[in-house]
Amino acid sequence: MSVAPAEVDQPRIEDISVPDKPWLTIVWNDPVNLMSYVTYVFEHVFGYPRPKAEKLMLDVHHKGKAVVASGAREAMERNVEVLHGYGLWATIRQDT
Amino acid sequence: MEIFRPAKDGGVSAWISAGEATLLRTLVLPVMDLMAGDREDQPQRGVIEDQSQRGVIDELEALFNEGPAPQTPTDPVLARLLPDAYRDDPEAAGEFRKYTESSLREAKKYFAQTLLDTLPEDGGRVKLTGDQARDWMRALNDVRLAFGVRLEVTEEFEAQLSALDPEDPRVAAFEVYGWLGAVQESLVRALDR
Repeated sequence: MSVAPAEVDQPRIEDISVPDKPWLTIVWNDPVNLMSYVTYVFEHVFGYPRPKAEKLMLDVHHKGKAVVASGAREAMERNVEVLHGYGLWATIRQDT
Repeated sequence: MEIFRPAKDGGVSAWISAGEATLLRTLVLPVMDLMAGDREDQPQRGVIEDQSQRGVIDELEALFNEGPAPQTPTDPVLARLLPDAYRDDPEAAGEFRKYTESSLREAKKYFAQTLLDTLPEDGGRVKLTGDQARDWMRALNDVRLAFGVRLEVTEEFEAQLSALDPEDPRVAAFEVYGWLGAVQESLVRALDR
């Protein structure tokens, strides 16, 4: 059992912050990586179903880049490490 | 080369000639060397005499060193194989590189080593498990990335090749690059089925 403290510290203003914006894993277009390979990597690394993996690959191809995942910064950094292992040109940034 | 086909056990297999096996080895080894090389732009640490201790010490330094983070490699091939993780934030990119570059180099060496280990020296049947096939895909991709940077390949690769003078010394390299793409494509398709 515990006893409630007599006084509760009031949170200071600077401790209150809005929740962080999510971080994004971005894949950039590249003239070397094969379309079939990029689709395969999205399926295999992220477990995306084929139609989603294909759509993301086509976004990368036609728009020059695509956000392929979002979430906590650490998770996005792990994604980027894996994608660099596959030779994809991947970067991280915080959503704006 | 008979392209990769799905095998009954879930892996893939292909038939490779002696010449193609030699070519693949010749192409993969320089990438391994590049990944094994000293990191660029790092201060030389002459105090460490025993080179076998180097890896451990580098790792410890990566953990504890508060010095400048490794820079983006100046060699464009290295910069493509080990790209910055943050595009507009050199400080974050350097931090990320400090903690991950050596493991990425190790991973790429491992993929290349799988390819070398499973490649019959004088050609013949290549049989790969799914994991080995994914290592091959990545090793082939790294070789293609290196070629792509050196040859300044664009998405109109076929047009680039046909625009070259037949006597141009780059023709052979473009053809090898195209062949590697076909091998990789067959590997992806065989694994995907």
